[in-house]
Amino acid sequence: MRTKIEVRNVWKSFGSGKDRLPVVEGVSLNVGDGEFVAIVGPSGCGKTTLMNMIAGFIRPDQGSIMIDGIERTKPDSKGILISQLGSVFPWLTVQKNLMFGLNGHAQPDKAGLADHYAAIVGLKGFENSYPHELSGGMLKRAELARALVVKPEILYMDEPFSALDALMSLRMRGELLRILSEERHTVLLITHDVEEAIHMADRVVVLSPRPTKIQATFEVKLPRPRDVTSHAVQELRLAVLRELGAGDRSPAAEVA
Amino acid sequence: MNRIKEALPSVAVISMLIAVWWAVVALSGSVIFPTPWGVVAGTIELVQDGTLWQHIGASLLRVGTGFALAVAFAVPLGLWMGWVRGAFATLNPLFQILRPISPIAWIPIAILWFGVGDASPIYLIFISSVFPMVVQTTEGVHTIEGRYLRAAENFGVSRYTLFSQVVIPAVLPQVIVGMRIGLGVAWLVVVAAEMIALRSGLGYLIIDSRNAGNRYDLVIAGMIIIGLIGLLLDGMMRLLEGLKWVRWRYAH
Repeated sequence: MRTKIEVRNVWKSFGSGKDRLPVVEGVSLNVGDGEFVAIVGPSGCGKTTLMNMIAGFIRPDQGSIMIDGIERTKPDSKGILISQLGSVFPWLTVQKNLMFGLNGHAQPDKAGLADHYAAIVGLKGFENSYPHELSGGMLKRAELARALVVKPEILYMDEPFSALDALMSLRMRGELLRILSEERHTVLLITHDVEEAIHMADRVVVLSPRPTKIQATFEVKLPRPRDVTSHAVQELRLAVLRELGAGDRSPAAEVA
Repeated sequence: MNRIKEALPSVAVISMLIAVWWAVVALSGSVIFPTPWGVVAGTIELVQDGTLWQHIGASLLRVGTGFALAVAFAVPLGLWMGWVRGAFATLNPLFQILRPISPIAWIPIAILWFGVGDASPIYLIFISSVFPMVVQTTEGVHTIEGRYLRAAENFGVSRYTLFSQVVIPAVLPQVIVGMRIGLGVAWLVVVAAEMIALRSGLGYLIIDSRNAGNRYDLVIAGMIIIGLIGLLLDGMMRLLEGLKWVRWRYAH
């Protein structure tokens, strides 16, 4: 597998002097083309900072991010970030939101392409709705579709489904996996939900508390589609949770 | 039915005020201060000889012109100041000094610069409504949520798209708030401005009615008409808040 994303010994801290707060201390990570890597870590460990560096929104203090062997210095539409809060523009209709990333593309039928992706994520019939008329789950679908329209090679997902209720979150996982089986993307997913990570990813990377570094890596060699209630998934989940320092068998020990 | 019920207390208060007014004038036997009926009769007189419409038209034209100029000036300036840090740092202190100066204080200078024609009140209206709109628009740009700007950055859109599809629509609700404030102030100021040596407008009507024979019935008629038109103008600005491009802001 060709390397798509190469994170080379990346360091980052915020502030300076006495207030200096080291956040990321030497993370190196390779993500293959078409691979799905999930990053889990304790709350506030610097996951989002790491993701923002990889997506190009902030520059590391040291080290570099290589995408396809070229150093990444700013964000571009080759890799789209989907965050927990979402960023579907409330002042544009679903269709206009989906067409947003196509501005400047030489695409002849932008509206048609937007509607095609609206249908793929299950928003057919809502093309002319405004975001405030949609539910939380539908907003997530719109966000995902807006990213897919520009045919990104990489999807950066930062807790994409954690604002949804448990059932909707599970459904969105299924939708995402279905879309990924049709359109191959490299995916980097940040989550605090270990089960979500194992359900979807090829590899689960566990980060240490802040200042963060990679603490452990788990290959998920389970066949797809995966049954999250299966013994194998649960066993792996416990192993990851143990790594996070919450390995007892009570379900309440889930990391926050 | 519910709306009638809701309006009932305010109608009662206004009716009571009119009743007290009537009673006090009747009991004191004042010959100068009019009864409510006197005001109604005065209004009818103004409507019949046609001068009322001329005064209203003149005031509205001045407000319309001054306010339109202020919008055309304030919105682009506010966008620029909101977007470019240096522009804000340079101009904001100046505006913060100019803003608290009452437009009335500008009257002598307005007369000096523009004489006693229509240009003076138009300038005063411009000065009074431009600052709230600049401030609101700038504030609107500053409060655009970072996640939207980052999304635009992520998709790598052109500057034109960034402004036309993200910045301006995001700021529009704040611009409308600024316009509401601006128009409100403009309407306050036009009356004061028209009291200076002009020959038309509602402000002129009031001051002229007093000067030419103590017609306090017409003074009060003019005041009430100013109040009602102000209410109407604010209602029109509130209609703008219902536009589909800005409804997202008020929908929650």
